[in-house]
Amino acid sequence: MRSHGRHERGRVPDGPSGEQFDQQLDQQGVVVRRLVVSRGGREVLHGVDLDVPAGQVVGLLGPSGGGKSTLLRSVVGVQVVASGEVTVLGLPAGSPALRDLVGYTTQAPSVYPDLTVRDNVDYFARLHGVHGREERREVVERTIERVDLASHATASVATLSGGQRSRASLACCLVGSPRVLVLDEPTVGLDPLLRRDLWQMFHELAAAGATVLVSSHVMDEATRCDRLVLLRDGRIVFDGTLPELLERTGAADAEGAFLVLVESAEPTTAEPTSTEPGEES
Amino acid sequence: MKPALTLATTRRILQQVRADPRTIALLVVVPCVLLGLMAWIFSGTPVFDRVGPALLGVFPFVVMFIVTSITTLRERASGTMERLFTTPLGKGDLLAGYALAFALLATVQALVATAFAVYVCGLSVAGSLGLLILVAVVDAVLGAAFGLFVSAFARTEFQAVQFMPALVLPQFLLCGLLVPRDQLDTPLRLLSDVLPLSYAVDAMSSIATDASGAGDVWRDVAIMAAFAVGAIVLGAATLRRRTP
Repeated sequence: MRSHGRHERGRVPDGPSGEQFDQQLDQQGVVVRRLVVSRGGREVLHGVDLDVPAGQVVGLLGPSGGGKSTLLRSVVGVQVVASGEVTVLGLPAGSPALRDLVGYTTQAPSVYPDLTVRDNVDYFARLHGVHGREERREVVERTIERVDLASHATASVATLSGGQRSRASLACCLVGSPRVLVLDEPTVGLDPLLRRDLWQMFHELAAAGATVLVSSHVMDEATRCDRLVLLRDGRIVFDGTLPELLERTGAADAEGAFLVLVESAEPTTAEPTSTEPGEES
Repeated sequence: MKPALTLATTRRILQQVRADPRTIALLVVVPCVLLGLMAWIFSGTPVFDRVGPALLGVFPFVVMFIVTSITTLRERASGTMERLFTTPLGKGDLLAGYALAFALLATVQALVATAFAVYVCGLSVAGSLGLLILVAVVDAVLGAAFGLFVSAFARTEFQAVQFMPALVLPQFLLCGLLVPRDQLDTPLRLLSDVLPLSYAVDAMSSIATDASGAGDVWRDVAIMAAFAVGAIVLGAATLRRRTP
């Protein structure tokens, strides 16, 4: 089931009061403007613009080394930024107020290998302020079930397979019920069945109002996103839906379109990034 | 600072330690073995009564230095620290969580090592045993604080281990264990005056030899605590939410 709760893109006019204001912040999701990032003396993002409104699953795709992880790190506020603006739910990325609202998984599963799955998830539940003993136990168990690790809850993470580890890492992110999910290649190394289930979960979360930004270097996953953003060499070369991508490149499938875009020397083959979020629908 | 998050972190670190029984065994058994060896080597001489207390000052510092520098480095290198910094956990909570966890471990280590030294090796302690344990705990926190600070300058676990001989052995040589500090050449004595381990050994020695010297001990404890706070503040400065 892929209900893509499409949202109105228009900013809520004025009235920054009560619910309406909250709604406005919700809809803003992630907004990136003219973002420039240098790592190790080399500029890796050259003025990136990106909008991820709430209610959409946006796939950040592109070859490895293209700047995907750097862009995601900037969104969660752990990347030193040279210039540009990144706001999340209307607040500057990394603001203390956002730390309870943003869930992040790094590319390599960042969980404690010497702890069990349950202890890992329980620690992150505590960090996100799930304090009541009963409540926490329930939330932890539900989250572990959600990533299909219930049978391994008491196994230490070090003994798990790569795919299981990345799901344990995902559980640590989900347990805080984040409103913004920033997931760096969460489906790498998973079998097709699990991948399908996880994408379905991302869509359920988006339908419930979450902002979901997922990176992948596997182009097949393009078919599972509401919107695609292709990042190559630190520039966005495409921002739109899959049918638009196929139309623009004349390719038969996502992979072919990807190759066309990546191999074209001029990034101008793509439309400039839309500054209004969700122009595509 | 949020106490609930500090305690959650302490709990998590202790869970990690518990998952590694070999480390716990090493933490507790190695000091006893070394104390036992010392007592045996110097049996029948008054030497053990001098070096025994000094050793009790050296162990918590050295062991916690190593354990903390490697654990922290692991946390930095594995990406979990980056991840923690996207959660509500503050830098202070993380550092306090570490300090508390290692202080608890140090207390266990100090209790066992002191009991072993006194009851098995026959170390005579003139002053208060409680004060001896307190010094051991502050000493361990000091070692943990330095390990935390130093881990910022190591890129690999291999480098972190090399910091032990580089930064701890000189303190070991100058702390008064081998030659009493007041018998050192002036430049060496002045150097030993600015090294934190010297004060741990001074404190332990005065507790062991002099029942009335509590005033000196409290001064030494205060100096150790100041060093620990300084190292934690410097350590906090090396923790960056945003990295290049």
